[in-house]
Amino acid sequence: MIENRPFITVISHLMLILGVAVIAFPIWITFVAATHDSVRMVQIPLPLLPGGHFFENLDQTLNKGVEGGVSLGISYMLMNSLIMAMMIAVGKIAISLLSAFAIVYFRFPFRMGFFWMIFITLMLPVEVRIIPTYEVVANLNMLNTYWGLSVPLIASATATFMFRQTFLTIPDELLEAARIDGAGPMRFFFDILLPMSRTNIAALFVILFIYGWNQYLWPLLVTTDQTMYTAVTVIKQMLETAEQAPEWNVIMMSTLLAMLPPVCVVIFMQKLFVKGLTETEK
Amino acid sequence: MAQVKLNNTKKTYPNGFKAIHGVDVNIQDGEFIVLVGPSGCGKSTLLRMIAGLESISEGEISIGDRVVNDLEPAARDIAMVFQNYALYPHMNVFDNMAYGLKIQGLAKSEIEERVKKAAEILELTDDQLKRKPRQLSGGQRQRVAMGRAIVRKPSVFLFDEPLSNLDAKLRVQMRVEIKQLQENLGITSVYVTHDQVEAMTLGHRLLVLNEGVVEQIGTPIELYERPASLFVAGFIGSPAMNFANAKISSNGTAVNLSDGTRFDLQGSSFTPDSDQDVILGIRPEDLTLVDDSEGVPQLTTTLAEHLGADTLLHGHFGTDKTDMTVRLAGVQDIKSGERLSLQVEPEKIHLFDPETKKRLA
Repeated sequence: MIENRPFITVISHLMLILGVAVIAFPIWITFVAATHDSVRMVQIPLPLLPGGHFFENLDQTLNKGVEGGVSLGISYMLMNSLIMAMMIAVGKIAISLLSAFAIVYFRFPFRMGFFWMIFITLMLPVEVRIIPTYEVVANLNMLNTYWGLSVPLIASATATFMFRQTFLTIPDELLEAARIDGAGPMRFFFDILLPMSRTNIAALFVILFIYGWNQYLWPLLVTTDQTMYTAVTVIKQMLETAEQAPEWNVIMMSTLLAMLPPVCVVIFMQKLFVKGLTETEK
Repeated sequence: MAQVKLNNTKKTYPNGFKAIHGVDVNIQDGEFIVLVGPSGCGKSTLLRMIAGLESISEGEISIGDRVVNDLEPAARDIAMVFQNYALYPHMNVFDNMAYGLKIQGLAKSEIEERVKKAAEILELTDDQLKRKPRQLSGGQRQRVAMGRAIVRKPSVFLFDEPLSNLDAKLRVQMRVEIKQLQENLGITSVYVTHDQVEAMTLGHRLLVLNEGVVEQIGTPIELYERPASLFVAGFIGSPAMNFANAKISSNGTAVNLSDGTRFDLQGSSFTPDSDQDVILGIRPEDLTLVDDSEGVPQLTTTLAEHLGADTLLHGHFGTDKTDMTVRLAGVQDIKSGERLSLQVEPEKIHLFDPETKKRLA
């Protein structure tokens, strides 16, 4: 649409710039705080321009942690977060693909019953079933393990439903052609279905990775060992330093680092993400 | 290469719908047989039963000397070309054709050789082999689908309305190509179509299906000259055969329309009962103009269509209101309302029983 109304153009640009500023300003403050030393960060007013301690802070945050608090560098927690987010994203996708495959392509008793059972788990996120789930994880000796962090979050009705819809749009003739070509069910799954759902998988991966990365409540519960903390939970713990002012420069640097991986995933997978959500041609 | 035998094959769906009411046919080695009928007559179901994509409720299907009722499609030694091509969209043309061979576990060199050979037969270039199906035109996709069938070297080809997604011109061209291909390869083929022209031009024999019942099996000319039922008579030939309710004259030598218009039966091999009610069938092209008007059926034309090569006249005989179509060769200067004297040779008159809809005699 081409319009030539300068007033509207100016107004709409103003609104957009304002919107960007509202979102970007806290991030800017975070960045600025990460570039000063801890002494400057407890003085008022807070700085609005970057200081010169960026690499110092980076080194401390990554390798040393805060004094009197978490004594491990955040690089450890970033790794934990990455492993957990990957396990959740990959696990969710793998399980959802297989269950959607079963529901769409196999005729077994109570097929729709199973589908609805999966579907109603939408109403049971971790927050609702937190005590029984904790009990189960504890009994399985999975506290303070990567499995304990990720397995309870893996079952996903949304992803199953989405893959079911994707599979339903794939014409039956392709299955028939594959059967005539001699492909068994798993071969059909890996050779035809998987490549055809590639963009959907990518889109879902982006969403699920961020979902996994941002988990807060669950990791907080199942990890008591410092070596299993995740980046998101550790930031909160950094505030609880004994008898000391919080080291805001380190905390803000940690925040910055914790934001980075989801941003990278979105940026690098943006194209596939959009394609996966909009592509209709099969 | 193999014979295909269908022995009292029936299909009943779980909801009780009977799609196929028992088909018996023996398809010879190298024969091209066309299953033809209106949509919903069960022709695709029958083909899919041969392919193994639909289960067989009753009866037996054998390919070669094996009964294939319980065999998986891949084990039946068949290849199928689908209506919408069913090419794997994420694979290039070469991989599409090679996929079945890879699963069979053939050596790479063997696969390459077979695909190259099929591509050559179908005139697909090396450049096209590297493309994805969506980068090809409809006709090219059709060729790839056929290529996928050829590389398997099956004993039977199955075609499920392969030309219905193409435009009219391309359809004629591909029809010729399929015919030539089948003749060169000599592979037994079963072809499904609803288009009677396609059926007539392609098939060695036609199997006309109507609501799951076989109406007639025969060569195109047999079906055209001696249709076994009213359905076949109306289905084969274009424009369609004219039908009118009529009665055999009391001496059995003629057939009369309701208004008394008389068609001579003398010389026909058929001797009907006198005064019998019949349905009279005359092909539009079997009616010819005659000069003398004495005792000859008179057609009052209501509309003339000029097609260049032919002229189609619509009208009715005498006061009988049944619409008739007449096809005359060349350009004819005839206006609507004109009365024409027409005749038809006795052996070209088709008579059907109004009760059973079957051919008399």
